Amino acid sequence: MCGIVGLFLKDPKLEPKLGAMLTDMLITMTDRGPDSAGIAIYSGAKDGLGKITIQSAAPDEDFETLDADLRNAIGQPVALLVKNTHAVLEVPLDQLDAARSALLHLRPNVKVMSVGDSIEIFKEVGLPKDVAARFDIAKMKGSHGIGHTRMATESAVTTMGAHPFSTGSDQCLVHNGSLSNHNSVRRELRRHGMTFETENDTEVAAAFLSHKLQDGESLGNAMEATLTDLDGFFTFVVGTKNGFGVVRDPIACKPAVMAETDEYVAFGSEYRALVNLPGIEDARVWEPEPATVYFWER
Amino acid sequence: MQSFDLGKDGLRALNSALHALKGQTNMTAWEVINPKGAHAIAAGVDAPVDITVRGSTGYYCAGMNKQATIRIKGSAGPGVAENMMSGAVIVDGDASQYAGATGRGGLLVIKGNASSRCGISMKGIDIVVHGNIGHMSCFMAQSGNIVVLGNAGEALGDSLYEARIFVRGTVKSLGADCIEKEMRDEHLLILEDLLRRGEADAKAKPEEFRRYGSARKLYNFNIDNASAY
Repeated sequence: MCGIVGLFLKDPKLEPKLGAMLTDMLITMTDRGPDSAGIAIYSGAKDGLGKITIQSAAPDEDFETLDADLRNAIGQPVALLVKNTHAVLEVPLDQLDAARSALLHLRPNVKVMSVGDSIEIFKEVGLPKDVAARFDIAKMKGSHGIGHTRMATESAVTTMGAHPFSTGSDQCLVHNGSLSNHNSVRRELRRHGMTFETENDTEVAAAFLSHKLQDGESLGNAMEATLTDLDGFFTFVVGTKNGFGVVRDPIACKPAVMAETDEYVAFGSEYRALVNLPGIEDARVWEPEPATVYFWER
Repeated sequence: MQSFDLGKDGLRALNSALHALKGQTNMTAWEVINPKGAHAIAAGVDAPVDITVRGSTGYYCAGMNKQATIRIKGSAGPGVAENMMSGAVIVDGDASQYAGATGRGGLLVIKGNASSRCGISMKGIDIVVHGNIGHMSCFMAQSGNIVVLGNAGEALGDSLYEARIFVRGTVKSLGADCIEKEMRDEHLLILEDLLRRGEADAKAKPEEFRRYGSARKLYNFNIDNASAY
């Protein structure tokens, strides 16, 4: 089944509350996906710095001296903020690739959740309320964010099988549905040099978009291409550094409700997820049309 | 008037109270506040009562309704009035997918738009939509009437049996075996009655509609096709 929530803020005054608003929305969607949960938050870029969010099954061991080890490896300052099984590394923007390769050698068991100027992704197995509490999501601020509650269909219930998936810098995607041609699309994308961490169908959709964006396509065109090249059921919600997009397959049996006010654009798998947003009584509330790309950019 | 705060007392208590109303009752007027998109509000009611839900509802509101008049002062989630048997359901806002699906009787009125699969497999229900309906509406619809003041989406009435479809606006495409049919006096009378009961008689006149129905080529066995099976 799965639940999706998303919030793109237009009014900067709400930015300190982004994490709290998204957490409330996410927990409301628990019965659509109680087996794992995840959230991508665009918490803002710091001048000249980039972020790598990582995850470890043995965080105490892996994270203890990681900042020093990485500093030695790349010869640049590194900041490390540990949050439960995840940690956010801050490195100079031009050192993101170097830091990522060094990480591969220094901590081969650590998984990279996201890389970019602004994005941070936290996801784990467990009830959405527990996952949100582990990472203290409610205290996070940011400009936009996307959350997902998972009821697994296509691959195992693991941390790496949870959404959001990030396959490009500052990009993420969550999915409600299932894709039937993901194996052939994955093979095709591998030929083009894309790499995959899982056998999950949604990761293929994320990589499909990242590949199009790498080729210079706009977010709108890349999302349009999912309608012709991906087969199956989907409602996708997509985040980029400045943008937020939604697309549903032409059959559109996976539910979706959107609300827009002067302060925000919000997405929920159900209206229930939106009921506590400020000014929802007067918001424009609608169902995104099938096979239609919606996106907002700042 | 019985007022029920869904936020405070919960769905199960509401539906238990409504299900306890059998046959004739003195508690004929009910109000539900704080619905907040909850699922299955007032599903399975079987009593001649009037229920007003003040806000938007989630999945399956008023499902399987018998006898009751249920008004939704907001929009309805997927499957509103699914499998309704009798009574009436009136949605002031929009309805999500498969509104009135498999309905056996009663009247469903949607004052906004209905999305995909409205009236799918309907079996006797009457549906009046003041706005538009989405794709695959009336798929395999068996009997009953649907009146649409706005436009219909793709594949209207695909694999249709004997439901009557009346559309005032445009039809994006007709599904397999669904064709436009002649509007006869008997149909104008049906339309007049449904527009009035659907609170739409001030907005539209029967003569403005076109009628669509089954070409009856798909569901009738044709002996000439025997070799195909």
